[in-house]
Amino acid sequence: METIFNISNSFYIIITIFIIGAIGSLILRNQDKSANIWGNTLALIGSIFGLMFAAAILISGTTPVFNIPSTFPLLSMSFNIDYLSAFFMLIICLIAILCSIYAFDYSKHFYKKYSLGTLGFFYNIFIASMILVVTAHNALFFLIVWEIMSLASYFLVIFERQKSENIEAGSIYFTMTHIGTAFIILSFLLMYSVAGSFDFEVIKNGLINAPELIKNLIFITALIGFGTKAGIIPFHIWLPKAHPAAPSHVSGLMSGVMIKTGIYMLVRIGLILLPNPPLWWGVLILVLGSVSSVLGVLYALAEHDIKKLLAYHSIENIGIILLGLGGAFIFTSAHLYVFAALGLVAALYHTLNHATFKALLFLGAGSVISETHTRNMEEYGGLIKYMPQTAFLFLIGSMAISALPPFNGFFSEWLTFQTLFSAINQFNVFTKYILIFSIASLAFTGGLAAACFVKAFGATFLARPRSEEVKHAKESSLSLLIGMTGLAALTVILGFLAGPISGILKNIANNILNIQNLEPVLSTQTSSVNIQNNFAYVSMPVVLLLIILATAISTGFIFLFTRNNKVKVGRTWDCGSNLTPRMEITATGFSRSFITIFKGILRPQQEVEVEYHDEKSKYFPKTNAITLELRDIYMPYLYNPFQSIVIKFAHIVKKIQVGHVNAYILYIFVTLISILFILAI
Amino acid sequence: METILFFIIQIILIPLISPFFIGLTRKVKARMQNRTGASPFQPYKDLWKLFHKDEVISVDASWIFKAAPYIIFSTTIIIGASIPLITTLTTNSYMGDFLVIVYLIALGTFFLALAGLDTGGAFGGFASSREMVVSALTEGGLILSLLILALISHSTNLTTITSTISSLSYLNFAPVILAFLSFIISILAENNRYPFDNPATHLELTMIHEAMILEYSGKKLALMEWASANKYLIFIALGVNLFIPWGIATSLNWVTTLTALVIFLTKVSVFCILIATLESSIAKLRFFKLPSLLFTSLVFCIIALGLII
Repeated sequence: METIFNISNSFYIIITIFIIGAIGSLILRNQDKSANIWGNTLALIGSIFGLMFAAAILISGTTPVFNIPSTFPLLSMSFNIDYLSAFFMLIICLIAILCSIYAFDYSKHFYKKYSLGTLGFFYNIFIASMILVVTAHNALFFLIVWEIMSLASYFLVIFERQKSENIEAGSIYFTMTHIGTAFIILSFLLMYSVAGSFDFEVIKNGLINAPELIKNLIFITALIGFGTKAGIIPFHIWLPKAHPAAPSHVSGLMSGVMIKTGIYMLVRIGLILLPNPPLWWGVLILVLGSVSSVLGVLYALAEHDIKKLLAYHSIENIGIILLGLGGAFIFTSAHLYVFAALGLVAALYHTLNHATFKALLFLGAGSVISETHTRNMEEYGGLIKYMPQTAFLFLIGSMAISALPPFNGFFSEWLTFQTLFSAINQFNVFTKYILIFSIASLAFTGGLAAACFVKAFGATFLARPRSEEVKHAKESSLSLLIGMTGLAALTVILGFLAGPISGILKNIANNILNIQNLEPVLSTQTSSVNIQNNFAYVSMPVVLLLIILATAISTGFIFLFTRNNKVKVGRTWDCGSNLTPRMEITATGFSRSFITIFKGILRPQQEVEVEYHDEKSKYFPKTNAITLELRDIYMPYLYNPFQSIVIKFAHIVKKIQVGHVNAYILYIFVTLISILFILAI
Repeated sequence: METILFFIIQIILIPLISPFFIGLTRKVKARMQNRTGASPFQPYKDLWKLFHKDEVISVDASWIFKAAPYIIFSTTIIIGASIPLITTLTTNSYMGDFLVIVYLIALGTFFLALAGLDTGGAFGGFASSREMVVSALTEGGLILSLLILALISHSTNLTTITSTISSLSYLNFAPVILAFLSFIISILAENNRYPFDNPATHLELTMIHEAMILEYSGKKLALMEWASANKYLIFIALGVNLFIPWGIATSLNWVTTLTALVIFLTKVSVFCILIATLESSIAKLRFFKLPSLLFTSLVFCIIALGLII
């Protein structure tokens, strides 16, 4: 009993640290510097303790349950930190530590422009509410902290409020997140109608004998609600607008961590609260995952705003996570729990990996933006010479997200592939073709992501500067570099330690699926991972060491052999003309072929505006302007019709609002009579 | 002692003989065009010459440009050492997974495209863009064609695949043939052969690979050329060993290994002659027609998967 008391106290202390950080920065809001240091220091301390707390739970294996008594009948602030919660808490705190370190120097450019006190307040509240979201064990309490998380992130999105596009992005985010919350409330109310309680444990027991229809409705509403937060296509429209608008360390947290809370709840509802999902749930998740991953990366290719590009890649990676998760769902429906564990390990591993490299890329982009003052990649170029360390760290992030060995992204994509491979022989024909479709999507996604990051890295860091701003760029300051180096080191370590980490994740997955004594399909050693008795086998340390070894040996040999050769520095071949920065390929030019090839999906639009010297004959153009953009298909075909239905319905409802007091008294009277009748029957 | 020797053979075989097969392909193509053509050993002389030349590096180039040849060359060496060549025994089982091989190839392509962008020339940039289009769209067909073999042999390890396919009954060969057709399209696409790219030209409208390495000279150009020769041989070796695996040595002694080596070289030579014939008999496709060909390779795989699942 006493240990539980201690665990709950230390958890409250962690939350209190964040609250002190939040209120403290609000008090210090008139002094930018102290507010910045206070807010980030407390966030850093809180995250470090949170990381230790989550790691302790995962190591010790205790899953504490505790609550704060409240006077409200249905609301109890209860916590149950099981393995799943502890794992997500670990990710949140891990990324928050490095983002907070980064924020010390990064926030300096907001001095005197925006209030650092507000930033520190919402930043601390944001991290604390994410921790509460993944630990809450009561649906009502969950909704409250979920709403706090959404609001805190909304205020962080509109933090740079003098830019009108940020306000617009914030409004779309605000609307979308509340549409999502509406569906989540619906889902919880459905659970309440069956189980009669908002406590997750009671709901779990109550749902065992629930009718199929109710279960399906709960799942669909939860999928829409949490899918909106996760950014699944077609509920993604807020994501590429909101993430770029926030300060970069917050974008890193939102993209790396916040959208994963949607994944967390999908796992909790779909695999823990609702037992035995039918096959079509998993199939639906696989289809959504395939669509999100391929479309996400295609939209990213067409983008030349660096932070929007990264935001679209979050959609792609959520798609990849869903492919692993969908695998877990279909295996669970077939009662093949050991295989389901494999899918869950793939999904959780990719969740962790995506958090590290996406945060790294957002922080790298933030450093570049704070030096060049623009998010437009067309105005970068050649930054590798001005910011060599940032460039190197961004390159590591780019390689990790493109699933290139030896980094962590490769391993989790490998696991996802293996999940889908092992599913292919065990289901009916329709599911098999869905699986083939998913495998093909995943394969294309890998290739397209590599293309997209060749574009992003090349257009940003390579060739010659395309604007004057670049030439004034300096290397990022120390705290920025520490934050990014930490994340880059994590991408290497998480790749190198693939064996032990997937061992830990396997325990978490077994715990979620409630299997302990079955022969596992995934066996892990310290240096390697083996699936289904040598069906597939990989050793990440060997891959890393071989790449280093082979490069070192070949470089050494060639150096010895050719050390007397001279190296001259010359100009790039320019066909006899003077090569200007305008002649190098741009981000738009790089992806133009992709847009042409996928024009059926991407719907490119091209507007040409020509102004002539003489308007009548139109022989001599004065200026030529061309606008290239993609036509948005989600607003006109999905959201606008939905909106017009809502408005039409509102007009119908309006008719009963006549505005006379007498009429309203009549309504009350009629309602009262009907209720009495219903009760009497 | 013998085992160590066989391991060394496995590691150096690809870089050692790859220039010959580039030369052989060129020779056959020259004969088809009624030219005498250079000797098949000409690529060795070219490499020797390039390694002794001084080099010119662009002022705009960063360390990416300088490091890329070494990284690309090393990935081809690692892949060459990890795939089944003449025996099924010496290959390194830690690396034999086909996804590792496919993504290591992607690692090389990634740096090749970055190197093309690094000098800021218009040629290199556009070539990188085209290369990434082709390689991104090839990946689906490549992974699915190897997946077919993996599902037939219940293993994603290339060596296991080789031994299973060689004992497969002829009646079950239809999906393997379809997968092979798809794989051939991937070979042509990944190695910038006709109808994807013209490996012999420096004309800006057609080139992909040659334009990316346009700024290289001296030893780095040699490494790039050597790496692309290695990649060509790796793909052909995968083609002949995975889809037509008969003749590979299954025990480690001198007689079987030497026989296997001879059979391997014959198979690869025949394959090179076939590729040269194919290249001489078709025209290069317009760039925006290429995706249809790559999707065709994907469709072959899906039909084949339909047959086995």
